[in-house]
Amino acid sequence: MQLELLVSKFKQKDEKAFEKLYNMYKDSMHGVIYNIVRDNDIAEEIMQDVFIKAWHKSDSYDATKGRFFTWLINIARNAAIDKTRSKAYKNASKNLNSDFFVDIIESQDNLDNSTDAIGIKKFVDKLAKKCIQVIELLYFKGFTQKEASEALDMPIGTIKTRNRNCIKELRESVL
Amino acid sequence: MNINDYINSGVLELYVAGQLSEKESKEVYDLMLKHPEVLKEVLEIEAALVKLTASVAPKKDIDFNTIKGRLNTNSETKVISLNRPKTKWFNYTGWAAAVILAGGLIWTINQKSNLEDQIQIVNTEKDFLEIQMETSKTDLAETKNLLNIIRDKSIINIPLEGQAAAPGAYANVYWDKNDDTVYLDLQGLPEPPEGKVYQVWSLTLNPLTPTSLGTIDDFIQDDNKIFKLKNANQSQAFGITLEPAGGSKSPTLEQLYTLGALASI
Repeated sequence: MQLELLVSKFKQKDEKAFEKLYNMYKDSMHGVIYNIVRDNDIAEEIMQDVFIKAWHKSDSYDATKGRFFTWLINIARNAAIDKTRSKAYKNASKNLNSDFFVDIIESQDNLDNSTDAIGIKKFVDKLAKKCIQVIELLYFKGFTQKEASEALDMPIGTIKTRNRNCIKELRESVL
Repeated sequence: MNINDYINSGVLELYVAGQLSEKESKEVYDLMLKHPEVLKEVLEIEAALVKLTASVAPKKDIDFNTIKGRLNTNSETKVISLNRPKTKWFNYTGWAAAVILAGGLIWTINQKSNLEDQIQIVNTEKDFLEIQMETSKTDLAETKNLLNIIRDKSIINIPLEGQAAAPGAYANVYWDKNDDTVYLDLQGLPEPPEGKVYQVWSLTLNPLTPTSLGTIDDFIQDDNKIFKLKNANQSQAFGITLEPAGGSKSPTLEQLYTLGALASI
């Protein structure tokens, strides 16, 4: 339970442990934030703010209530969504398009030929549109099952099983 | 509970998504501690999602050191949360100070301009008073001069009485024989009508010969009604007549206003 140990040390304000957690999750949070704000500088700034916020409110994390990753991704999403609602952001008239995360992956100049990147490309290429939408809404946008079922016009039960299958395929591609 | 069914139900994916209630989450947590396969499943779901989300991030490595300075490890969270309102407070006071300062400046500029106006007014008043004082001084000097003339022993005073044309009129002549000058006090004469002037005559009585000393052209404008004329004649009497503007060669006797003879004669 190395991760659990890191998280409990983080709660005790252990900077070393926090640095490890940061390195584990920074790109993930950066991705979630970027997918919402679609601006390099803003995403970078929010990502850093999210970790600082997490550090300062580490007391509020409770392992029995959910995963550290889940807790962190909620902070990240909320910070990014707050930003998109801010006046400054609206004035800059960001193009809040409805593109999915896959568009970002597909449009990236892939200088990065790591196995992860290749695996994700494969996954994205292979995945059904409905799969992408479910993952987009549940994980990137933080929709509830109910909201996702309404947005996709799909029964809640279908969301649950489809999500299970989609994540399974993802795991096969990247793990 | 069949653990495999539980895992296959998709509940763990929802758990990682944060979709479960507090009670359901606690249940998953307890099962993870009891069943390693549940924990493994959760870790794998999480790992896959971390990789997927990371693949969306802009390709830029942001080092931990960029946020390290902002962590403030020595102080407790509570101390930090106290610091925040402090900066806010500083912000507000800063703005408030700026507003007060701006207000103060405007007020000061206003005051300054008011004071400048007042100085201007006072200066004008001062100039005016100086002019008045100068005038008074001149008046006083003139009056003193007149008084000296009247008191002078060598000066002869001849009162002129009102005549038929103007019974209420009177005048005084002060004749300084030393410098052949007469001072005429004409306060007792009415203002001459338009187009007319008073003309002063020196008279010798046997035979009656009038000699003009001149006309009083600025009678109305003069304040003290004292006029100075040259008189080099051996006058025995003085008379004043009303004549057309510019004067006459000989007096119009019907318009003789005042007349008086030297006392010694």
